[in-house]
Amino acid sequence: MDYFWDLFFSGLTRGSIYALIALGYTMVYGIIELINFAHGEIYMLGAFTGLIVAGICSVLGLSLISTLVLAIVIAMIYASAYGVTVERIAYRPLRNAPRLSPLISAIGMSIFLQNYVLLAQTSKFVPFPNLIPDFAFMQPFEDFIGPSELVIIVVTAVAMTVLTLFIKYTKIGKAMRATAQNRKMALLCGVNVDHVISMTFIIGSALAALGGVLIGSYMGQINFFIGFIAGIKAFTAAVLGGIGSIPGAVLGGLILGWTESFATGYVSSDYQDVFAFCLLVLILIFRPAGILGRTNTKKV
Amino acid sequence: MLPILEVKDLCMDFGGLRALDHINLEVFSDQIVALIGPNGAGKTTFFNCVTGIYEPTHGDILVLSRDDGQRKRINGLKPNKITELGLARTFQNIRLFPNMTVLENVMIGRHTRTRSWIFGALFRDKKTVQEEQETVEVSYNILKKLQLEKYVNEIASNLPYGAQRRLEIARALAAEPSLLLLDEPAAGMNPKETKQLEELILQIKEQERVSILLIEHDMKLVMNISEMVYVVEYGRLLAKGSPREIKEDERVIKAYLGEDHDA
Amino acid sequence: MKGFIRSLQVALWFMFLTFPIMVIKVDIVEKTVQWRWMNLVYVGIGSFVLSFVWRFLMEKKNKGIKAREESRDEKLSFIQKILTEPRYNRPLFLGLLLFVLVFPWMFSTYQTNIMISALLYVVLGLGLNIVVGLAGLLDLGYVAFYAVGAYAYALLNYHFHLGFWTVLPIGGLLAAIFGILLGIPVLRLRGDYLAIVTLGFGEIIRLVLENWDEFSFGPSGISNIPRPGFFGLHLTVEQATIYIYYLVVIMSLITIFVVNRLQNSRLGRAWLALREDEIACEAMGIDRMKTKLAAFALGATWAGFAGVIFAAKTTFINPASFTFMESAIILSIVVLGGMGSIPGVILAAFLMILLPEYLRAFSQYRMLLFGASMVLVMVFRPQGLIPNVRRKYLYGQKQGVR
Repeated sequence: MDYFWDLFFSGLTRGSIYALIALGYTMVYGIIELINFAHGEIYMLGAFTGLIVAGICSVLGLSLISTLVLAIVIAMIYASAYGVTVERIAYRPLRNAPRLSPLISAIGMSIFLQNYVLLAQTSKFVPFPNLIPDFAFMQPFEDFIGPSELVIIVVTAVAMTVLTLFIKYTKIGKAMRATAQNRKMALLCGVNVDHVISMTFIIGSALAALGGVLIGSYMGQINFFIGFIAGIKAFTAAVLGGIGSIPGAVLGGLILGWTESFATGYVSSDYQDVFAFCLLVLILIFRPAGILGRTNTKKV
Repeated sequence: MLPILEVKDLCMDFGGLRALDHINLEVFSDQIVALIGPNGAGKTTFFNCVTGIYEPTHGDILVLSRDDGQRKRINGLKPNKITELGLARTFQNIRLFPNMTVLENVMIGRHTRTRSWIFGALFRDKKTVQEEQETVEVSYNILKKLQLEKYVNEIASNLPYGAQRRLEIARALAAEPSLLLLDEPAAGMNPKETKQLEELILQIKEQERVSILLIEHDMKLVMNISEMVYVVEYGRLLAKGSPREIKEDERVIKAYLGEDHDA
Repeated sequence: MKGFIRSLQVALWFMFLTFPIMVIKVDIVEKTVQWRWMNLVYVGIGSFVLSFVWRFLMEKKNKGIKAREESRDEKLSFIQKILTEPRYNRPLFLGLLLFVLVFPWMFSTYQTNIMISALLYVVLGLGLNIVVGLAGLLDLGYVAFYAVGAYAYALLNYHFHLGFWTVLPIGGLLAAIFGILLGIPVLRLRGDYLAIVTLGFGEIIRLVLENWDEFSFGPSGISNIPRPGFFGLHLTVEQATIYIYYLVVIMSLITIFVVNRLQNSRLGRAWLALREDEIACEAMGIDRMKTKLAAFALGATWAGFAGVIFAAKTTFINPASFTFMESAIILSIVVLGGMGSIPGVILAAFLMILLPEYLRAFSQYRMLLFGASMVLVMVFRPQGLIPNVRRKYLYGQKQGVR
């Protein structure tokens, strides 16, 4: 039974990270109907920024907690800046182009950012310091849940709650929902659609960076390529839950995390990534609207 | 004689909403039939059911096949199969292939009338060459009939609005249908253009020996050309009859002008 | 002056943006921080200059759109004129062909090998062009079919000692079958979902090849794959290279011929129409599924052929040759060249494969530039380097179709 709980919590941890990244996909898709292929790279950039901040902090000799907070905050700021810049350069000029154009542009952006980090930093895996302290009260449970896992789960839960409240109650959140439903109408009602789209990229990127720093600390190493697989998996999570739906992204992330965790734990660890891809393919084929998504009838 | 299109008890539900409620309609050969009604009455939904874009919830749609004269129930058939049976349509909001030339647009319309596939494309056997040549000739002649020949190699999206509407009709005609379905062909046209369209429709009917079912808001056009008019409101058939009968029908007047017309 | 300030802002923004990644490098284990301040200067100057270029191109693009709206006839570019006018294009093509034919006798085996890979990418690019360029189906897992071809040769040879010429058609056929099997469930999906599913399939195939050791010999791959035989003669490496070179040349010519014919056929028109409006297509009697499957299968066939040749050329294959990046390279060739444009794809394949090879200093920036060029092409020149020219038909005369 311990093994089960071990897998359960590692799946939950993994799923939380997927959910954090998936939110970026789902929000951007909800508003501009684009699979933001470069989103995984934003997550990777967040992780690298976090690493750099943590490195400086450790040289300066700061405490673990302040290192963690600084790393997360700065990584989120930078990731947002990257997200907004990517949108300005690669997507905004293509807003009225045929549907596949921005997607191709996004793929190009993703390749560009990967190689940018590869050239500016390194092509190798680099060690990432563990930023999460051991909590004394965790002692009795540490057989199946470590402090990192707990922090990831809690932080994700808090981030989701804040985001949900933000979207529901703030003015910009309402503008976002309006734009997602009908961009033209929102524009006519005086919503600054450009701002809304930028805001979406900022929030999505910040959450991805949060996930990036946490996963770096959890896994202990990162490289320029982590964004690719994580990006596809998070996209899977978003589709699984129903793209465009925020609770859907969380649900999809958790389901994917558990699927992977249990499948690798009970079936075979060689095919860890294959499970995610198979899930993606099956979902898209049989229920492209996802679990919480709505199917819309085509208009003629 | 059997009608080319017979619709019996057609219902279409979207979730809990009944968009079409037991509609009956017939189109005989060499007939122009009009379907009118206020906005949102379900006219385009009706077209979409008949042309296979939606699968109706209930009822039968029977079509006399163009090729073998057999009657077929077409509920749930794919749109391309229905076109093969001899129904061709235009769209309310023009749906041309915007980046292809005018001639190519019409050539696409010939798709059901031609056969060549991968083998023919690669080896260009005699049959394929002949077929291609025929496609170009026939398409060009159709363009000529619709006075579009001066645009032949123009990109479709560059055409003026009225010409685009005509090109949609040309493309549908290229399929040599037995029934042509026109979804608001006069939408956005001025009275002069509408008058020309009227003549064009009559001319097509004569020359191509094709029946026409049209949705239209322009009452003058409808009353001038159709032999039979069906009126729908809230998805229900309100009245049917000759243009004169419809003009005098109390219920139709009410539907169009509102309850308090006389008061 | 306004432009100057704007560019200054852009430069500052990018200096801020790239500061951590470009300037700082940390080592957690050694606890060292390395500051590379010069990079900041480069970024500043670079983005300052580029922002001028960007604005210039943007203005040109906006003007171009307006100009096109005003005058209805499309002007052919200089390159297109040369390519479409028989007076110019005949000698040009002849010269090119002659150059291609004598190439291996004038240059070293090393150069010939590079040329072989460039030509293989021409074949791959044109194959993918059927799927993406003509039919408008964004296939991000194209490399899977390439892998099918390569592994078909390697494995059939290993287990059954089948020769190159026997496997070449088998490889193409197998890839086509894979294309159809994959196509049936996924082709009804919307464009962007299709892209992701094909990406997923491509990755699944690669991961299976990597992990299923009994079948594919895992990550270490298969070596000692024989080069193609030449009527039972034993060839030296140089001779074999030249032989393969001509083989790829012939393959490319066949591909060009086939794609050209497909493009100007009933099927080709159906693909183009499908790319523009699926609903109108179905209403015109085009079977969406059948037409898309044809594109998918034909595209896959070419990847299968190319895969077999690739395995024979390198004599060693492993799953690392079939990553998503490979698909992305092929896709960027199609996009850069101009979707649906045969000369464009050929030019792009040569540019993208030969430039990094010959400008060595530049080769580590290869993928960076691939990515950047995909973005820039989409933003500023979505029709590609050499846009596809719409065919003009002759009509009303006895000669009929030209």
